[in-house]
Amino acid sequence: MDMFPQLSLRAFAVWRRNFLVWKKLAIPSLLGNLADPMIYLFGLGYGLGGLLPQINGVSYIAFLAAGTVCASTMNAASFEALYSAFSRMHVQRTWEAIMNAPVTLEDVMAGELLWAAAKATLSGTAILVVIAVLGLVASPLALWALPVIFLTGLAFASLGLIVTALAPSYDFFMYYFTLFITPMVLLCGVFFPADQLPPLVQAVAAWLPLTHAVALVRPLLFGEIPAGIVGHVASLLAVAAIAFWIALTLIRRRLLK
Amino acid sequence: MSPLRVAALRKSYDGREVVAGLNFELQRGECYGLLGPNGAGKTTTLRCCLGLTVPDSGDITLVGEPVPARAREARMKIGVVPQFDNLDPDFTAAENLIVYGRYFGMADAAIRPKIAELLDFAGLAGKEDANIRTLSGGMKRRLTLARALVNDPELLLLDEPTTGLDPQARHLIWERLKRLQAQGKTILLTTHFMDEAERLCQRLAIIDDGRMVAEGAPRALIHQQIEPQVVEVYGEDAPGWATREAQAFSRRVEVSGETAFCYVEDAAPLLAHLAAWPNLRTLHRPANLEDVFLKLTGRELRD
Repeated sequence: MDMFPQLSLRAFAVWRRNFLVWKKLAIPSLLGNLADPMIYLFGLGYGLGGLLPQINGVSYIAFLAAGTVCASTMNAASFEALYSAFSRMHVQRTWEAIMNAPVTLEDVMAGELLWAAAKATLSGTAILVVIAVLGLVASPLALWALPVIFLTGLAFASLGLIVTALAPSYDFFMYYFTLFITPMVLLCGVFFPADQLPPLVQAVAAWLPLTHAVALVRPLLFGEIPAGIVGHVASLLAVAAIAFWIALTLIRRRLLK
Repeated sequence: MSPLRVAALRKSYDGREVVAGLNFELQRGECYGLLGPNGAGKTTTLRCCLGLTVPDSGDITLVGEPVPARAREARMKIGVVPQFDNLDPDFTAAENLIVYGRYFGMADAAIRPKIAELLDFAGLAGKEDANIRTLSGGMKRRLTLARALVNDPELLLLDEPTTGLDPQARHLIWERLKRLQAQGKTILLTTHFMDEAERLCQRLAIIDDGRMVAEGAPRALIHQQIEPQVVEVYGEDAPGWATREAQAFSRRVEVSGETAFCYVEDAAPLLAHLAAWPNLRTLHRPANLEDVFLKLTGRELRD
């Protein structure tokens, strides 16, 4: 905790505030989170998948399902840490109100981080449940995907908070989605194996956090123990911790000047 | 022990000194005002007192705790009404109070019994389930005041608490603040409404360019800083009249547009003289805090 000396359990009061807001609109929110990835999964999985051979011994839709879990988790964490957190920070001045109470900026940020990760976990898990019902999950080993989903949520929530710290307005977030999130979906093995890409692009993709999430989740859903678990988990953890530290430094500069 | 002591406070932004060596100390149970034009450093001073801005130098002791070092502990005993409404628009009035109480580490069971009383105090009895978006500006401000009381604070900090409110809403806020003071709470408020300061504050400081230019009780400041009588002279001819004639009858004359403000010990000779100027309208009144404020901070616009 030395890295974040002002952190306290008050962060959970911030988390609970966001949870209470979400609870009021839980069902529409959950359905909204499910609709978009499901359309892609069924559209591409059945439509395109019918034309494709099996990939590494599994049907295309099963291959895509694992990627969809990761991509949805990433999207949910990003949306929450960008648009929603920015509303609370800048538009509604909710953070300002909270920091007039005995809650520090570190607590607020930690609450936001854990909340965005929790919401992303819910989103990823909902998809996991749907694809399990569809019979696209091979074994109970898939339950190990849950902590990976949470970790993925943490990593992308932290990255998102950096962008929020820098954003002058909502428009700014388009850059992040266009230049970072969308390319990641295409480069990190969500729709097709990354080894289809030129070696140079593969080398870049190996550094992207979504690659590590996919590398863990896909084998788990197929009933296999992923190769290189420690490296992938460490990468996601490192992204989460370093990005959070950067976001905190930037937000401090913005709000506590 | 003073609820708030500020000593030699300094804060600069980009080389511009916003707070330039401010000293003041609140007495327990008083209402103390920080008056100043826009940009005088009032809000920055409040932010420093709360530990949300780290000053360049100076010492702040808030309810016995050094700030910013122990700002979190200090804020346990403070209630804040910010300049801009930041109630939670997704919550009802009651939820706003519960969620805010949680930030103080209060259990829901400890907050719930207080809700009716807090809303009643804010003139919002029965509005527990009201959506924030349906409340008027005055109601929101009163709910913000109720929210600031959820932790039963020793000291209330109010940043321009009645800016943007209509007269009815302002009077209700003033009445509530007086009631809180009668309950023994100490109040620090910033304002640029002189009538507000004159009504509420036992003592006040006039701040300009981050410096204190005067401090004291409102009546005493008027007495010390300015002539007791003011004659305002209006009309197209007023500026010309002021340059030629006014000096002979006034200790001090200020002209602003088509109005001349004549500050006098005794208004009778001036009023007798003005009887011969039918084109000039006059208003004779005792000097007030606004006259002091304008004398000390000037009449130029501060944007």
